[in-house]
Amino acid sequence: MNYHILMKGELDGFVKKLAKKMKVCAPVAKGHNNYAFEEVTSAAEISMDYIPTILPPKKYFMPPREKMLDFDISEGKPKDAANLKAEPLAVFAVHTCDLAGIQCLNMVFSEKPRDYNYLLRKESVFVIGLECNKYCDSNASCALVGNHYPNGGYDIFFTDIGDKWVIHVGTQKGEELVESMGLAKASSADMVALDKVREGKKHAFQNEIGVDPKKLPEIFAKGTESKVWQDVGNRCVSCGNCTNVCPTCYCFDMADTINLDLKTGSRNRTWDSCQFETFAAVAGGENFREERANRQRHRFYRKFKYPIDKFYRSFCTGCGRCTRTCMAKINLKDTLKALAAEHK
Amino acid sequence: MTENIHIENSNWRLRKGQIIAAKQMTATEKWFDIKLEDGELDHEPGQFVQVELFGVGEAPISICSSPTKRGSFELTVRAAGRLTKHMQAMGKGDWLGIRGPFGKPFPVKLMTGNDLLFVAGGLGIAPLRSLINYVMDNRREFGKVDILLGCKTPTDMLFGDEIKEWQKRLDVNFSCTVDRTAPDWKGNVGLITSLIPGVTINPEKTFGVVVGPPIMYKFVIAELLKKNLPERQIILSLERHMKCGMGKCGHCQIDHPKNYYCCKDGPTFTYEEVKESKKL
Repeated sequence: MNYHILMKGELDGFVKKLAKKMKVCAPVAKGHNNYAFEEVTSAAEISMDYIPTILPPKKYFMPPREKMLDFDISEGKPKDAANLKAEPLAVFAVHTCDLAGIQCLNMVFSEKPRDYNYLLRKESVFVIGLECNKYCDSNASCALVGNHYPNGGYDIFFTDIGDKWVIHVGTQKGEELVESMGLAKASSADMVALDKVREGKKHAFQNEIGVDPKKLPEIFAKGTESKVWQDVGNRCVSCGNCTNVCPTCYCFDMADTINLDLKTGSRNRTWDSCQFETFAAVAGGENFREERANRQRHRFYRKFKYPIDKFYRSFCTGCGRCTRTCMAKINLKDTLKALAAEHK
Repeated sequence: MTENIHIENSNWRLRKGQIIAAKQMTATEKWFDIKLEDGELDHEPGQFVQVELFGVGEAPISICSSPTKRGSFELTVRAAGRLTKHMQAMGKGDWLGIRGPFGKPFPVKLMTGNDLLFVAGGLGIAPLRSLINYVMDNRREFGKVDILLGCKTPTDMLFGDEIKEWQKRLDVNFSCTVDRTAPDWKGNVGLITSLIPGVTINPEKTFGVVVGPPIMYKFVIAELLKKNLPERQIILSLERHMKCGMGKCGHCQIDHPKNYYCCKDGPTFTYEEVKESKKL
């Protein structure tokens, strides 16, 4: 039972001590109920009560634009090198939905052939989770996928029990940090309070779409020709916002940048989106997902069907970002409900 | 305690290959013979490589030579996209970056001892040639071999010198058709499907290997099924834009219940495996 406590008034000291060891990133209020993970040096900058940030913490594991290779073609034979120095970084106050998102990406990029850039960054990130005691807003569907409770994926994990946080230590790295901070062990009363919070969440969080999640793969297997996709496709504007903000969307494009000397340059990876018209096009002119309806369907299948077959887990973490960000008001919960209603 | 990741071993690192021979085959297609500085490519028939032109970018290209040809490997490139257009200007002595080989090869071992029917449309002859030449070099291991080739016009025909050899050989039946004829063309005119009824097939022991543009598959497969060729003995090589080759970037994923990545699970598939796809 490795639980410690941090008094609410001691948060600033904790953050400042942590910031002396490594860069600390945490949710910061950006106005209009928007939040973003940004570098912080004190608790005053952090919003501990926040709805999911605009971009998930995946940006620290797989940056929107990332250099994979440097090259030099100044001599006849080209030279290249993979260079990356990932600085130690703590990501603080990561909700359970986003912890699940990181776990999903870990699976994808650890599968052979492995992605060394991702793995190197992963090794350098210290993850501090934060429990949600209530829903962030009505767009979340974390209870559907079981992500309203912590399922690992953190070094240490904070749960608010009133005037203090109970901190669960998940890794040896976490243990070393907690010891170096001199945090007190949780008392039996603290553990009772933690149980009470967890118990209360059983009622506060309910399956948001009223469909047994175990039935979703079957519903999706039957639903490839559903009119739901046509409806969603008719509204979609192919902006790619939904995939950019998704904690488990990792599709990318590779492109070269050449410097002004025309001799040196780099190969860079940028986030791409399966919602873009040319995403599945080939040079010969064929486009394998030309219709917006097909592309939206593809997005949903990559959350609720394919990864369940392949990785035994949903790649929807229930964070609700795709719904919040959609300009066309495509709502994940409504789409699932409509699909389930068709295939009951 | 934690893994020590050596970024210098990144899978994105490129092997360096030098063009040792190049030849313009048609107005838009060019052939390259490439030697890697650090040894063999060590591919199997049906695989592809990622070709990098530093400063331009990368594109997946089918290997058109058989692994039985050692020392170098060959690519035939149509000027279709940005990289392939740049490649038209390249020639002997130029360097390229190479990743790979990638992809699931043609099931050569399963084919051993069986009759083979090769159906190639247009540039489909390029990936298929890696297998045809493999079979030619191991001719005794296979039964009857038929090669059907379809092109738009006689001037679009690739590997003309080799085709003359195939026509001469007694252990291979070769026929060819063009969609549109030319004054000096003495062969068949019509779609490639018109050649299939004329081939004798023993469905028990024949593999049909079909490579061509997406539109061709539907019609050729229908003809092969009419000949009672089992679905698992029809082998296809599908085209997608593989950007990473490692089953990650998402571009080559096929709309299919099995979630195939064309770069890892393909590009070669049996028809049985992919018949539920929205598009082949």
